[in-house]
Amino acid sequence: MTVPGNVGPGDGVQPPMPASPTGPGAVAPPVPDDQRDVVLRTQGITKRFGPVVALRGVDMELHRGEVLGIVGDNGAGKSTFIKILTGFYPPDGGQMFIEGQPVSLRSVTDARRHGIETVYQDLALVPQLSVYQNLFLNSELTTFGRLGWLSKGKMRQLAKQYLEDIKVNIPDIDAEAETLSGGQRQAIAVARATRQSAKIILLDEPLAAMGARESALIIDLIHSLSRERGISIIVIDHNYTHLFEICDRLNVIRQGRVAIDVRVQDTSLDQLTELMVSDFRSQLAAGQAQLNR
Amino acid sequence: MAGETLPEPAAPINADPAPSSPTGRGRSFSLLQVVLRQRELTVVVVTVLVVLIFGIDNSQFLTTANIATICQYIASFAVIGFGEVLILVLGEIDLSAGAVYLTSPWLVYLFWKDGIPIGVAIALALVCCVGVGLVNGLVTVWLNVPSLIVTLAVNYILFGFVLVYSADEQVDMPGQGGTFGKIFGIGEWSTILWAAGIMVLIWALLKRTRFGVHVIATGGNLLGAAESGIPVRRVKVWCFIIIAATSGLIGIMDGIRIGSVNPGEDGLQFILLGLVAAVVGGTALTGGRGTVLGTAVGAIFLGALEDGFNLVGVNANVFYVVEGFLILVAMILNIQLGSLSKRLRR
Repeated sequence: MTVPGNVGPGDGVQPPMPASPTGPGAVAPPVPDDQRDVVLRTQGITKRFGPVVALRGVDMELHRGEVLGIVGDNGAGKSTFIKILTGFYPPDGGQMFIEGQPVSLRSVTDARRHGIETVYQDLALVPQLSVYQNLFLNSELTTFGRLGWLSKGKMRQLAKQYLEDIKVNIPDIDAEAETLSGGQRQAIAVARATRQSAKIILLDEPLAAMGARESALIIDLIHSLSRERGISIIVIDHNYTHLFEICDRLNVIRQGRVAIDVRVQDTSLDQLTELMVSDFRSQLAAGQAQLNR
Repeated sequence: MAGETLPEPAAPINADPAPSSPTGRGRSFSLLQVVLRQRELTVVVVTVLVVLIFGIDNSQFLTTANIATICQYIASFAVIGFGEVLILVLGEIDLSAGAVYLTSPWLVYLFWKDGIPIGVAIALALVCCVGVGLVNGLVTVWLNVPSLIVTLAVNYILFGFVLVYSADEQVDMPGQGGTFGKIFGIGEWSTILWAAGIMVLIWALLKRTRFGVHVIATGGNLLGAAESGIPVRRVKVWCFIIIAATSGLIGIMDGIRIGSVNPGEDGLQFILLGLVAAVVGGTALTGGRGTVLGTAVGAIFLGALEDGFNLVGVNANVFYVVEGFLILVAMILNIQLGSLSKRLRR
């Protein structure tokens, strides 16, 4: 799984980084303190679809227990990048590191094995199964080995406990997922991913179509998971207001690159908007100039 | 339920309001909600009514002999219905189970005629049934042909096969003798007991095992199930195998019970009755939801109805009209009550 250089390193994007001599397991002293907590790092990730260049070298870092927002307009390369992170697409070039180790993800399952999981609000749960059955989906506890006789009592107990631990309040864990609200479903889906050992969670528009109370539930959950359990979370959204509420840091993807990398506490919504608009204006001007020639 | 009996691992920190046991709205249900929650209940009530009406109206109806007749009649399509529950929960359908029921005793006969001992002949026939299920499943999941079409085609293939090999003639079924015959169909209650056994097995499989959860997940949210790593295709293939094997088994026993096999269209009738039993019993055609116990009640309902009308002397042709209407009414009730119950639970 950690085959370096199998993803065509000849991309010309290798040199710039501090170039840690990443021998497996070599937690060498030269790694700065700041770097040690990086759970996920991408370096010069590129991807093209035929003539269309989607990503032109994305460098990104995600720290332990951090909530990182990824913003970008449609076509900026945001969703391509996310799909590479979750193992859906292989990148054409560049390298991905999980906890310092170079990895190449071959499938979604592979990504999950590395602790990266995406949570989709509507896709994740089985409406006809109860809350606890959804929490244990495909990791059901059983007795009698291969017969697969369900240990329902134990699963209920653990599910209840776990939901309490991460402060998700679901009144009835025997309720079918179908009867839950969108926010509750999202919470259960996230809870399942973290319970099944996900270290990095990707949330795709987690607050879409949610009321204030529902949003609060999800925001609390995200903060509790990141701050108390050290789970790193990537939130994808094009609504900046949401991201300002949830995230510690924002990465703006523009034209297949991370154009802006900023800590939420160091900026404001107005400032960021100004930054983006001016950036956009300069591009527009450049484009205009090119056209005029 | 079982969860509550487990000792709480002393969590003194949590002296909070509701210790999150199912005291929420789950417990504050009204009688109406209880009724609506048990999808089987409506059909149970209707079935009890049917039995009572015929029982009062006709002294023959509730005699042991007549009950045995009803049981023998319903055993076959009930078993087909139980298998169909698994398939319907997957969001698929199997129209070939009736033809498998028809074909399996013929296979036993053909093997036996070639000098193979009856026990081995039955085993071989069942292996063939498994093969049919495997083909149904594989063509459905690997070649992406809708199961409706795959199984319909297989249905015709099997039906034609039987017609060809039988030269359209009835033959005597082997395996009548002694205890063996008694267990495998001759005994008055033999087939219904087998049906009951199969019911318990499939119920346990669906509600109590990991496989069952995966069946529900596959039917309820195919993409989500696949995403979570459930081998959805394998799950589907197994269900097609199970229905073929159980339908074949009951077909063989019916053949032994009746003493002869004829290449008639019984099997084609039984697949429809089995489907109706499942659907009237509360199994959704949309996948994700199914009840084996409801199917059993649905089968009893259909059996009692047909037998009762017979005894009362209603013309068999009229019976079809009545049966059609009753199925329609039962389904309308099921769907409307189902959505009412969903609204109440929110």
